[in-house]
Amino acid sequence: MTWLPIFTRSTEQALSGWPPPVLDPAGPFASSITTLSWILFAMAGAVLALVLAALWVALAGSQRLRSRLGGTRVVWLAGIALPVVVLTALLIYGLSLTRTLRTPPQPSDIRVRVTGEMWWWRVAYLDRAGGVAMMDANEIHIPVGRTVTVELESSDIIHSFWVPRLSGKIDMVPGRRNVLRMQADAPGVYAGQCAEYCGGAHALMGFMVVAHDPDDYARFMAARARPAPQPGGQAARGAQLFQDSGCGACHRIAGTEANGLAGPDLSHVGSRRTLGAGILPNNRGTMIGWIGDPQSLKPGNRMPAYSTLPGQDLTAIAAYLETRR
Amino acid sequence: MRIGITLILLLGGCKPPPEGRAAMPGADVQRGRALVQRTGCAACHVIPGIRWPQGRLGPDLTHFARQGMIAGRVPNRPDMLAAFVRNAPALVSGTTMPAMPLNEGEARDVAAYLYTLD
Repeated sequence: MTWLPIFTRSTEQALSGWPPPVLDPAGPFASSITTLSWILFAMAGAVLALVLAALWVALAGSQRLRSRLGGTRVVWLAGIALPVVVLTALLIYGLSLTRTLRTPPQPSDIRVRVTGEMWWWRVAYLDRAGGVAMMDANEIHIPVGRTVTVELESSDIIHSFWVPRLSGKIDMVPGRRNVLRMQADAPGVYAGQCAEYCGGAHALMGFMVVAHDPDDYARFMAARARPAPQPGGQAARGAQLFQDSGCGACHRIAGTEANGLAGPDLSHVGSRRTLGAGILPNNRGTMIGWIGDPQSLKPGNRMPAYSTLPGQDLTAIAAYLETRR
Repeated sequence: MRIGITLILLLGGCKPPPEGRAAMPGADVQRGRALVQRTGCAACHVIPGIRWPQGRLGPDLTHFARQGMIAGRVPNRPDMLAAFVRNAPALVSGTTMPAMPLNEGEARDVAAYLYTLD
């Protein structure tokens, strides 16, 4: 519902699709959640109207109306029978609805595993057998019109996975694997956000879901599966600096010696729309700013500041990372 | 004597500042501000009026309009600033600030916005 101003912002916002609008579904799973929401709002409104009417009768109604409001009959009907019937119906409807959101992966589904980390998202595209086909972070690419099963885990504390325009919201609980299905009906960028308070930078734990046309999606994934070209010039110097500065202890870049798993996978960081888990646009300037002083941008995150490196080195590393697409 | 000094001081105070130093005809300050947010300038600079982020890698831009030089090397003039925000290394070799994804018109808007930081 784009007319709700508190849920939307102008298109001039820094990052497209962020903050994510709620009650503005872009797929079947989010649609059913939105319908349920409006039913709940409407019923809450009806109950409020009923209570206010009864209050008015009690305070200012005629003697005849007030006597009808008193007594045990009203309590039995409006206080017990009505809520039991209404809430039971809602419970059945709500449970059957959430069941469709949480069906285990079907053979035709695309499978993605997302692991909540403080404060970013580890993304693994899974093959049919459940093996990891490709690793990434903070961005999920999906084809339009296909159901995507997202398997949700956490490596530290409870997070919550929420892409309001594509599906419901479900917690990522350590030691558990929750399942959520989502689908986009049109190409676009759909923002997501951690929806369970998880520490200092919780509000800065966002991500993007990018929905492609099926052909575009196939091309995109095929291009990513090919080995990245050898960096040249400034980027080659950046690659050397990346290695010498020890970045690979925490970050993995496919096809190189960098194989750290503590931080986000950087194999495709150059093609990401955002940096710092959905919080900054991705360009050379923000990349330099992030590498040089990430603590000023996302206090408490686990990456230390590299402001000990000269500007030329920061620039070279950023140039190298841009080539990892 | 004392009245004379007061008069001189008062008249001196009346002299207007050199005009046109920060003139950007046709540039749009609001659009410039939106561009600053879209490109993420604040990832490296503290910019008054932009609540978040407040990056500390680059210089604080508070009172930027009063600053004499850009990056300590280039006079702080509208044409220079518009060129600098678009392609800083072309003007100041060795600067850490990279070329930013802005076209010429957008760079003028950004410069006009930066001159509101008085």
